[in-house]
Amino acid sequence: MAGAIARWFNERAPGLGVMYRKHLTEYYAPKNFNVMYYFGSLAMLVLVNQILTGIFLAMFYKPSALEVFPGTSEAFASVYYIMRDVDWGWLIRYMHTTGASMFFVVVYLHMFRGIMYGSYKRPRELVWILGMLIFLVLMAEAFMGYVLPWGNMSYWGAKVIISLFSAVPVVGETLTHWIMGDFNPGDATLNRFFSLHVVALPMVLLLLVVLHLAALHEVGSNNPDGVEIKKHKNERGIPLDGIPFHPYYTVKDLFGVGVFLLICAFVIFYAPGMGGWFLEHDNYMPANHLVTPAAIKPAWYFTPFYAILRMIPNKELGVLALLLSITLPFLLPWIDRGKVKSVRYRGVLYKWALGLFALSFICLGLLGGEVTHEAIPAIFGPNVDVTTVDNTFGRFWVAVYFGFYLFLWVYTYFGFEKTRPVPERVTTHD
Amino acid sequence: MANEDVDHGRRRFLTYTTAAVGGVGVAAAAVPFIKSWEPSARARAAGAPTMADISKIESGQMVRYPWRGVPVFVVNRTQAQVATLKMKDVIDRLRDPDSNETSQQPAYAKNWHRSLKPQWLVMIGICTHLGCVPDYVPKIGPEPFDPDWKSGFFCPCHKSRYDIAGRVYQDVPAPLNMVIPPYHFVDDTHVQIGVNPPGEKS
Repeated sequence: MAGAIARWFNERAPGLGVMYRKHLTEYYAPKNFNVMYYFGSLAMLVLVNQILTGIFLAMFYKPSALEVFPGTSEAFASVYYIMRDVDWGWLIRYMHTTGASMFFVVVYLHMFRGIMYGSYKRPRELVWILGMLIFLVLMAEAFMGYVLPWGNMSYWGAKVIISLFSAVPVVGETLTHWIMGDFNPGDATLNRFFSLHVVALPMVLLLLVVLHLAALHEVGSNNPDGVEIKKHKNERGIPLDGIPFHPYYTVKDLFGVGVFLLICAFVIFYAPGMGGWFLEHDNYMPANHLVTPAAIKPAWYFTPFYAILRMIPNKELGVLALLLSITLPFLLPWIDRGKVKSVRYRGVLYKWALGLFALSFICLGLLGGEVTHEAIPAIFGPNVDVTTVDNTFGRFWVAVYFGFYLFLWVYTYFGFEKTRPVPERVTTHD
Repeated sequence: MANEDVDHGRRRFLTYTTAAVGGVGVAAAAVPFIKSWEPSARARAAGAPTMADISKIESGQMVRYPWRGVPVFVVNRTQAQVATLKMKDVIDRLRDPDSNETSQQPAYAKNWHRSLKPQWLVMIGICTHLGCVPDYVPKIGPEPFDPDWKSGFFCPCHKSRYDIAGRVYQDVPAPLNMVIPPYHFVDDTHVQIGVNPPGEKS
């Protein structure tokens, strides 16, 4: 029966079988993938979760900032309608909010994996750039989704992020009014963000994901040893160190999915707010354009970039540094001139630099999340000038973050790097 | 359909002109979509003037009035607060003590107190860094964010500080003094926000 159906399709659309084989059963991935190689497929899983839960949320949510009763917009009220009155609405919404944060968890790990094993290097520059574009669209998607509940943090977050555009010379002010459709974030802003969040950006995201995978499957996956498995093929043209993606890696990924969903379920059922990191306390209040929350901070996944903005005491330069911190990774394939891909065989200083770079990202995240405002008096005593200590630490880590790119270029361009010999084949072959 | 006698120059010309004309069409078609994002007629009409009754504002107190959806701070400054505006150690720490940035206030508020009357401050309470609403911190004395605080406004978002006339301090992220809106005194107890005094221009 199944064979008959397959034959029926194959006669009418032979391309489907070709695609299936090219991307699954005859896509040969290196056999030495480790735990860091889970996050690409997990990101796909989260994307599916976001689309599915998002479709259902859009059935109940109303993108209107007009007040249904004094101080509360229809949008805010509809979110709490989902939480309290819609059957299982709370679960669908928490799956969506937790999914948003988990998206960034897996994407950041996926990106770090790429840097660690040199996956951005020739011939995979295009895979990397498409991935960075996905990250960019994901940031826009997350920001606009964050605005939709129209809580006080939504409102002020929108205001601060949109105000970044006022740093553009001459047309800055007009540009912000154009984005908002009003002189302040309002109903017009919420409506258009909803449209972009549920229609435009997901379509772009899906297209980019398809291109990202197409580009990857053209050149083949990198691996923890950073060797090209296509260099050694058997008589049938199959890489000696490659195994078919399906069933080997689909089964492996299924195990990762199990562990990952267990973690997600814990968050969804026991800590959906994650102590104010996944859902911020100030966003449980409706938007109020006359009262700024005491501490404006973005969702945790933007805090490293936000810290960079905050640490620079000049508006234009701050925005420029923020922009640079997000765009520099695009250029990694050209900043890094080293021929060796994997961190396993790279110079000692590179390993230190990479470690410091990761640490700077985490520390900037903590500074941007304003964790330090309580930590600093606890460490240095109650009389300490919090702002000065915060700025000193912050600027140090900003320097480390940007220093990584500068170091990487100098280190590899002038040939200071002392690499170890790279093996011919992956180290775990038999 | 191989044709030996193709005039490649003519073909290229036709390709380019077709593309150019098509491009103009696409650009023209994009205009309505881009324009649709501008503040609508309804949003523009919502910017009407606001009348503020200041008779109940006590000395040292601040009241916020909404105008065009933004908070306008009206402060009844005490004599001690007004006196800080001329202190040398305050002025030396400011970025633009003389309000030379003309976009930040109407000409009639470009003076040492940035207002029509020294006692009354009328100002858009929006931080010039990223648009937050700063807190009014009237106390003259040490504060956690400034050991030598002389009363003024403190932005909780990125720690920008302003004096009691909305003039920004140095070494904070905000680049400019806060904006003074057009306003005038209708009588001793009423301020109209959004309209210049008779005969004045902003």
